[in-house]
Amino acid sequence: MGRITRRRFIRDGSVAVAVAHATPRFLSDAASAQVSAQSGGGRNLVVLYLQGGNDALSTVIPYTDAAYYARRPNIAVPATQVLQVGADTAGRAVGLHPRLTGLRALFTDGRMAIIQRAGYADSSRSHFEGTDIWGSADPANSGGLGWLGRYLDALPTPIDPLAAWNTTRETPRALVARSLGVPAIPDARAYSFASPNGAADAVFERQAALRMASNRAGDRSHLAFVDGTMAGAFGTMDRVGAVADYQGTVAYPTSALAISLRTVAGAIARGVGTRIYWVSTSGFDTHAAQGNAGAGGYANLMTGLNDALVAFTTDLKNQGLLGSTLVLQFSEFSRRITENGSQGTDHGAAGVMLAFGAVRGGLYGTAPSLAQVPDNPTLENDGADVRYETDFRAVYARVLDSWLGVDSRLILGDDFRGQGPAFI
Amino acid sequence: MPIGELPLDHLLRRAGFGTTAAESAAHSGLSLAAATDLLLAPERVADDTDTHIGQEGYAAVTPRGTTGLFSPNTVIDDARQRWLFRLVHGQRPLQEKMALFWHQHFATAYGKLAGAVGTIQATKMLALKAGELPGPQGQLELFRARGLGRFRDLLVAVAQDPAMLVWLDGRSNTRTRPQENFGREVMELFTLGRGNYREQDVYAAARVFTGWNLRLSAGGNNQDPDSYYEFFYNAGQHELTSKTFTFAVYADGGHTIPARSAADGYQDGLDFLAALAAHPETGRRLARRLWTFFVSEVDPAPPGFVEAALEVYLRSDTDMTAVLGWLFRSPWFLDLRVAFSRYAWPAEFVARAIREIGWTGFSLDTARSAMINMGQTLFEPPDVGGWETGPAWITSGGLLARMNFASTLAASQRAGIARMVPATAARSADAVVAAILERLSPMTLDPDPRDALVAYLSSQGPWTGSDAQLTTRVAGLVRLILASGEYQFI
Repeated sequence: MGRITRRRFIRDGSVAVAVAHATPRFLSDAASAQVSAQSGGGRNLVVLYLQGGNDALSTVIPYTDAAYYARRPNIAVPATQVLQVGADTAGRAVGLHPRLTGLRALFTDGRMAIIQRAGYADSSRSHFEGTDIWGSADPANSGGLGWLGRYLDALPTPIDPLAAWNTTRETPRALVARSLGVPAIPDARAYSFASPNGAADAVFERQAALRMASNRAGDRSHLAFVDGTMAGAFGTMDRVGAVADYQGTVAYPTSALAISLRTVAGAIARGVGTRIYWVSTSGFDTHAAQGNAGAGGYANLMTGLNDALVAFTTDLKNQGLLGSTLVLQFSEFSRRITENGSQGTDHGAAGVMLAFGAVRGGLYGTAPSLAQVPDNPTLENDGADVRYETDFRAVYARVLDSWLGVDSRLILGDDFRGQGPAFI
Repeated sequence: MPIGELPLDHLLRRAGFGTTAAESAAHSGLSLAAATDLLLAPERVADDTDTHIGQEGYAAVTPRGTTGLFSPNTVIDDARQRWLFRLVHGQRPLQEKMALFWHQHFATAYGKLAGAVGTIQATKMLALKAGELPGPQGQLELFRARGLGRFRDLLVAVAQDPAMLVWLDGRSNTRTRPQENFGREVMELFTLGRGNYREQDVYAAARVFTGWNLRLSAGGNNQDPDSYYEFFYNAGQHELTSKTFTFAVYADGGHTIPARSAADGYQDGLDFLAALAAHPETGRRLARRLWTFFVSEVDPAPPGFVEAALEVYLRSDTDMTAVLGWLFRSPWFLDLRVAFSRYAWPAEFVARAIREIGWTGFSLDTARSAMINMGQTLFEPPDVGGWETGPAWITSGGLLARMNFASTLAASQRAGIARMVPATAARSADAVVAAILERLSPMTLDPDPRDALVAYLSSQGPWTGSDAQLTTRVAGLVRLILASGEYQFI
């Protein structure tokens, strides 16, 4: 009943949000821009979620491991197609999927970090629990606040209502905060307020709507939550509107992911003051038809990812903004090592995290040995799944300590410092 | 308003999609008990809604396909409009409400289907109305036909539903390498819920459904609207050995589905689904979902409710009409403190708004496209878990989409909106607000938001009740009410 738990949490959390909004603390755009300038330091974090459980062994391919080909006779990518990125500290050579040509160029430029075998003990095979665990950074109690939500809660008050920007239509666990509702803005152009009577009347309607939303519905916390979110929309609308016509310095692809990333680039380039962006793309639950010989369903996913990220990083680089932007990619789990009978893979365990932009580029962690032999320390579940080497919370800790400038122990509730790769 | 009508309004918002002006008048003599009985017996009401599509007096549709003809069996955006048409004009509101509930419960998305079998077959799989083209009825029609029957029968039908067989990859589940997608989700999401099964159960369930495959009609191709996919049991692909679970599968407590011949192996799946449907945790999970859907999203389901619902569920052999009949007559539902404690889904918000404001010359395609930014595209849930509902609908972007839809709708219905104001009320801004609030019936407004509405009417000069003011400012007023926090609850 994880979904119910999530709902319950958001409801409980909403009480706090609503109370905060019900106090007359609506910020003018100028004041909030000042706050974000003070606390932002000009650094941005873009979290990219590959929804469905990305098959890490197809993203970063252990192409010299005979077991990879033996266990994936139909879907393995031929060694000759793999884009080599060198060998890890265990001496295992790995390469990127052949469609990731642009990312390999980023890797060569030192703008991409690959963190192999990121995960956690006793990895959940459920999409929903897995997503909650990665979002909450708390495997034992994944129904609470998000790790980025806790970071937002730690910012000095008053918190800019645009401190974080969710480009999806649903609030992910990671952004669930106690002190604000993160705005969901997939498309800045639609983030506006129309009127049936035209622009002149829209001013009066907006005044009336804001006054209605500012009511203190103290005894009806669910209503106060909606009103608070509405007031938040009015409080952020004008700044978001400044991004609406952003086209960028490069031609972005037309995919939903690329549109989201272009919106993020616009917000960064126009300096709206947001620190945390959330971007998501789906289709990674590849139980069937992953394709073969480096083509097919999974290859299409890689093309989409590559083209969108190349456009985004190039656009930022052209404007001198890539060095102040960190892109951190994750997925809720990776997939089973052995392919199933549908030319696909079922739910697995540890996967790969990628980071772009303001990173120390390189290959971190070690690839698994895929041989299904007893006591193989790199596998688990009787050799069916990849075992984690780097706790994903150690990666988060690095981001919090070294990029966002907050003590990760306060956010993660435990000390993961120094346990993960020094990729920032 | 007589106090007796309040529970009826509550019932019609929850078990339906609100009340049109005409229905409001027609319902004046209807008792709560009679309305409940009628909702639960949709077969007593003619199902001719679809025949009115395109007729005068009904909401319009806009063909989205390349032919220019409205093609709800083969063009997904037309299928979405047909569904919205039923939400707005349907005479069997609970049937449509439960179709929406099951669409969320068995969430299946068009995008993956279209990628696998093309847009025509994908639309047919989701929305084909039986008899309008060759092939099995679409998943939505399955929900309409069986959504008020036995859950066990619905579960079996869904497990054999072509859309589900593509969506969770059952169509390619084979003997030598079973794949787990359906086997996992049928336990995690459709029945038991997490914590009530283990990984070994997932592996066993995958084997149970080996051979539950799909085939294209003879000589068919994906681009041919007369071609179709149908379920078939592919005996040669069924894995024959016994399957043992951590929970009882049979009434005698047995945990093991016996080894069977290929010819008899189809029975594995039926045994397993029957066991899942009859499992108390399935009943409890459905009870909690029904609580959230029909009773309250502010308070969690009390244990007393869950256990009482479970008792009805098991005693009736998983019959949903029995469970819903019990629910609507239960003190939990009839306690009006739960009124307006349910966040309106985008589909419910647009349907209720259109039903309460009017639809003259209004195309449902406008509602369809507006719903994208509200976060709910019908037939396109974000994943197999369905939409995040409740407060998760309430995002700043989603609310702006609701506000802007309200603006579009109000602008299109100016004349009808002006007529909502009785002549006796037109002279007083306060009386105008009172009249409109009575027609739209949102959650009760506190004095200050209500004063904001009165002040708005006079914001561009004193309120006189002139025709010009009635056709502009009252449209703005209606929009403000539809855009209010109070209106986002049912």
